[in-house]
Parts: sequence; structure tokens; C-alpha cells
Amino acid sequence: MNFAYSDEQRMLADTLERLVADQAPTETDALHGEPSPLWGTFAELGLLQLPFTEEAGGLGGDGIDVMIVMQALGRGLVREPYLAGLLLPGTLLARLADAPQRERWLAPLLEGELRLALAWQETAARYDAHAIATCARRQADGWIIEGAKQVVIAAPSATALLVSARVDDGTLGVFLVPADSPGLERRDYPTLDDQIASDVQLKGVALPHDARLGEDAAEALAEVLALGRAALCAEAVGAMEAACDQTLAYLKERRQFGTPLASFQVLQHRMVDMHLNLEQARSMAILAAASLERPSDERDYRVAAAKAYCGEAARFVAEQAIQLHGAMGMTEECRISHYARHLVMFDHHLGDVDHHLEFVSEGLSAA
Amino acid sequence: MNLEFTAEEQAFRREVRDFLATGLPDDIRERVRLGRRLSADDHLRWQDSLSVRGWLGVNWPQEHGGPGWGPVERHIFEEECAAAHAPTIVPFGVSMVAPVIMKFGSETQKRHYVPRILSNQDWWCQGYSEPGAGSDLASLRTRAVRDGDEYVVTGQKSWTTLGQHANMMFCLVRTDPEAKKQAGISFLLIDMETPGISVRPIITLDGAHEVNEVFLDEVRVPVANRIGEEGQGWTCAKFLLTHERTGIAGLGHAKQALRHLKSVALEIQHRGRPLLEQPHFRQRVVKAEIELMALEVTHLRVLAAARDGGAPGAESSLLKVRGSELRQELSELTRRALGPQALPFFPDHLYGDQELEREEAEHAALGAQYFNRRKLSIYGGSNEIQKSIVAKTLLGM
Repeated sequence: MNFAYSDEQRMLADTLERLVADQAPTETDALHGEPSPLWGTFAELGLLQLPFTEEAGGLGGDGIDVMIVMQALGRGLVREPYLAGLLLPGTLLARLADAPQRERWLAPLLEGELRLALAWQETAARYDAHAIATCARRQADGWIIEGAKQVVIAAPSATALLVSARVDDGTLGVFLVPADSPGLERRDYPTLDDQIASDVQLKGVALPHDARLGEDAAEALAEVLALGRAALCAEAVGAMEAACDQTLAYLKERRQFGTPLASFQVLQHRMVDMHLNLEQARSMAILAAASLERPSDERDYRVAAAKAYCGEAARFVAEQAIQLHGAMGMTEECRISHYARHLVMFDHHLGDVDHHLEFVSEGLSAA
Repeated sequence: MNLEFTAEEQAFRREVRDFLATGLPDDIRERVRLGRRLSADDHLRWQDSLSVRGWLGVNWPQEHGGPGWGPVERHIFEEECAAAHAPTIVPFGVSMVAPVIMKFGSETQKRHYVPRILSNQDWWCQGYSEPGAGSDLASLRTRAVRDGDEYVVTGQKSWTTLGQHANMMFCLVRTDPEAKKQAGISFLLIDMETPGISVRPIITLDGAHEVNEVFLDEVRVPVANRIGEEGQGWTCAKFLLTHERTGIAGLGHAKQALRHLKSVALEIQHRGRPLLEQPHFRQRVVKAEIELMALEVTHLRVLAAARDGGAPGAESSLLKVRGSELRQELSELTRRALGPQALPFFPDHLYGDQELEREEAEHAALGAQYFNRRKLSIYGGSNEIQKSIVAKTLLGM
């Protein structure tokens, strides 16, 4: 039992802390099209290689390494699509792709030359990755994809999408679909938490044989979504840290009735409640990150518990942060409002509290 | 970073489990399992068994006859004890006064008292709270007036847990009424047989006799029974309160309570199905389970920090708050699970030797236990006090 970072992890955390502290808040518009200069810095620091196995050209980082990166990005509210543009599609690609596919897509992804996105959600399926209507029909010369995907985070900046589809033999397929494929239509928009996303229509998109990544992708997708959920928990913990710090600083500085707000016991206890939620959420983020190598049942149970727990904790911290900032917390000008938006909308990524509570409920052991 | 126990720690867990299988008398195990009050003799038989095994002084160094365990071993021990329905070690001697005597006592005091605690010769109780001094302990008014080689002590102590069995009390008294609040307090060891002491039961809302009032009327206490210097009592008291208190989260108890809740909710039927399958009830169990997962990891983080030399300070307040809330929620769910069966109340069974039909006995304590568990957020520094400690020490507010 050991909760300390290794020397390498300590260095990684320090580097990221400095990097993130220097960043101005990312403008949503800047995320359209070309990668920002920060993405180049990520590449230089090896962050783009970090979460991939050495065999896939990466640095062999584990769940804890990813946690460190995501926590720092959350703390600084860095809206580069590290998760949606790299981690999710990249690890799925690495898990499923053969050598030529890796050569063509994974290598440039890890070099920072392109970004991808994972199109897995559908309106009717909500957060269910399997109950999907998008289908892939086998043709003599390749595949035809038909369907629609919803809220594909980072799609506007992706060179290609990894699209999940039900294959005519009943398996779950993942297909690599270049963004400029005829029949692929995107409607781009910003999200409430300052990211960019698209709804994607796939109208008879024709793909070559080698567009399919691997065979049945169900287990690989579950694995990648578990990694993504753990990463999101870590990101939320980072944002909760920052929100707690900023709120505490505000309570100490702001004076009313001739005394700092921090001297009022009712506010002290509320601040402690925020801190309690933060520390418990941190524990759950650690549990999730440390469980990614466990057997899938145990992994998914713990990750779902963590995502549900962090979802509630994040909302609590966000709401209290706004409340304790008073009217200032309601303004766009005040940084806390951006954290609050991020922390509340965190719950809408990769399954919300209800979704994951249901999962835990189904897997609850009777003993 | 990893959350696993080492091979040695797992082997230690098996060793504890093996000991509990034979070292814990079956009748005591059964009484604890059913939530019935233990007699003084029950407590002593269990603690004698631990003493013989060398495991009574759980937080003591080896030089004083403790097992020399670190925080992780203590955690494993507590968790296994709770799972095996072992009684909690009565903390006042072993965990509270002993460390104070070891730290501030004279050689004579150490030689006299410490071995007697380890052999269960003395049963200690705590003379801290008073009717007018609860959370604001330093406002205590029990007076000790010096008269030659003795102090003459007059006052009233309250909430004295298991004081009815005690032959010794450690006591905070005011020796200097002129000095500022904390500065006028001294730490005395008082023989409960001394003339002028009377113990009166306080019956709590669950009908139990667990706590007492202790009246002191011109009780003569030798000056030799003072720990540390006159006026140094607050230092001792603070040391005792901040001295690393293992199990403050009650994690082992919470785990056991969750297991118990699930077994009850599986057995109780709701429309022909186990209550555990009723969606609303199940949801609350799920949330408790997840809270327990978080609490366990937080607890392990604090243990690991303590093991590596960090002093667990305000973090233990966080554990206390969340741990007590969780245990209260579990007791609430268990009470609710019983439905109308929660209403029958058999104090002579719970607190005495009246026997019930087996089936009735299984659930007899659960309604009353809910009320008993309300104490968890009050004693040892109420949860509100804990939050104020965190606000002050951790957040600098």
C-alpha cells in the first residue's frame, strides 16, 4: 500500500503544474481547426506518448500517470482535447489496430501531427455503448456505414473519427472514418464546458476493408471507456482542487459586516464540506486509476462507483463555489464560474451519476 | 502507487483471523453479534485473552509490552475484530491514559500503572466532560485544592462511559482558578474507591446504561497521583485527544454494519421479493457502499501517511465526520429494513440475561442500535467541532 508518486511521477506532476500555471484560459474558438501551440508542447514533453504501451510507440504510462496529467489539466482548466482527441481514440486504436493501421494513424497521433475523435454515443442509446443503431454492412469492396452519432467531443479538430457500429454479423465494430469521407456530415458547436463537439451523420459512407479496426471491439471499447472515466474523475479532482482553493481565498479576502467572510462559522463549515467532498473524490479517482488493470468486472464496478461519486462531489463543489462567491460567482468574468460549468457538465461525459449508480446497483454483491 | 496490502500484511491478517477463531469466546461473539450489552466480566475475558496473546496494548511500543504494530497492522487488527464480532477494547486504559502516563508520567507512575493496564487489573474511566463543559472542555469547573500532600477534589463529571465498572479515573481538574482557562488545569489519577465519590447512571435514549455521572465531594487525592506538573493538565489532555487515534473512521465497524444491512435486507421480504431488490431501498444501499469505498481509500491514505512518519492531524477529523455519518446512515437503513419488526423493545434481553426466541433475538437490537449510534457524531469532539478544527488547522480560516 503506497500512495506516493514515484520520482518520475513527481517530476511529471511538477512539470505539468508549471505548464498549466502559465496557461491563459483557452478560448473555444482557438480549438477549431489547427492544434494550438500547447499541443506541440504536449508532444515535446512526451505527454502524447505517455499513455501508450512501448510496443505501440508510447512511453508505457499507467492509470496513475494518466491521473497525474488529467488532474493538472483539470486544475488549470486546460481545454485541449487530451482525453477526447488523444486518449480515447488513441488507446482504442492501439488496442485494435494492425501494423499498417498503426503506422498510418497511431504514429502521427503520437507525434502530434493529427488528432482523432471517438464517435460512440447515439441519441437513443444515451450513455450505452452497445445499444447502438449505427450499422456497418459488408460489401464486396469494403464497408458501408449508416447511422448518426451524437456529441462527438473534439470531432471538429479530428482528422478521422473512430466510429462504433453494429456489424451485420452481430459484433460491435469500430471503423476508422476520415473526416472528409463522402457522406459524413458534421454539425459543429461549442459545449457548455468550453469544448467543441459535433453531431455526425453517416449517410452511406463507403470505406475500404481495412477501415475496420480488429474484430469484435466490445471488450476493447469497455476497457477504453473505463480508462476515460478514470481520467475524467482525475480531471474533475483537479478542477475541484482549484475551485476549493479559489473559494477559500475569496472567503479570506472578501469582507462584509466589517470582517472577512472566512470568520463566519456557517461559511467555514460549508468550506469544510467542499473539502470533504474533494478528498473523498480524490480517493475514488485514485481507486479508479489503480483498478484499470484489474479483471474487467472488478474494474468496471470500481470505475462506475468512482464516476458516480465524483459526479455528485463535483456538482456539490461547483454549486457551493458559486454560492460562496455570492453574485460574483454568477459572472462570466469570475474564473470560478468556468470551473463550475466544467464541474457540473463533467457528469454528462461518459455516463452520469444515474447511469453509473445503476451499473453499481446491478453489480452490488449481496455479501 | 498501489492500494494492495503486502504479503506480510496479508499474512498478518490471517494470523489475526486465526487467533479470533479460538481466542474470542463464543458466547461473547454471539452477544456482540446480536448487539447485546456485555457484562464487565465479558469485557475482561476478551481483554485477558488479548493480553495473554500480547495484543492488548494495540498502540503501545514494544518496550511497554505492546505488540509494536504500525498503523497498518492496527487497522487490519481492528477490521478483523469487527468482522469477527469481537468487543471493542475498552479504550480508557489501553488507548487513552496509558499513552499519557508513558509520555508525561514519572518512572514510579509508569512502573505502577502501565503493567496493571496491560493485565486488566485496573478498569479506567474518563473524567473529562462536565455538565457545563462539553465541547468547551477547558471551561471545566471541578476544583482541586492543595492540602499538604493531597488535593481535595470537588465537582461533577459527566458522560463517564462504563464508569460503573471502573476502579480508576483519569480526571481533569482546575488547580488554579486565577490562571487563564487552559493554564489552571491539572491531570489527576483518582481511585474510585476513595470516599466522596458516587457514580450515578445516565440512561440513554436507547434504554442503555452506558454512561454515568460521577460526583466528587471533597475527594482526597494524593499529589503523587498527578501526571506532569501542576497546570500542565491541558497539555496531557490535548496529547490524549490528538494522539493518533486509530479507527477513528470506524471503518471495520462500517464494513460490518454494511454486511449486516445487506443480510437483513436480503432476508426481509417486500412483496414477495427480498427488500434489497426494492429499487429505492437498494439505491440507498448502493450509495452507502460507494461512500464506504471512498472512506476506505481515504483511510488507507491517512494510514500510509502515518506509517511513513506523517502526523495525521486534521485528516482524522475528516474521517471522523464521514465515518460517523456513514455508520449512522447504515443504522438508519437497517432499522428501516425491519419495518414493523423494529418496534418491539426488550431491554431485559438487550441489557440483561432475558432470552428470546432465536428469530426474535436476531433483530432485537437493531431498532435501539439506531438511537445508540447517534452518539457517533457527538462524542470524541462533535462533528461540528471537527469541522471547526479542519477550518482552522487545515484551511487557515
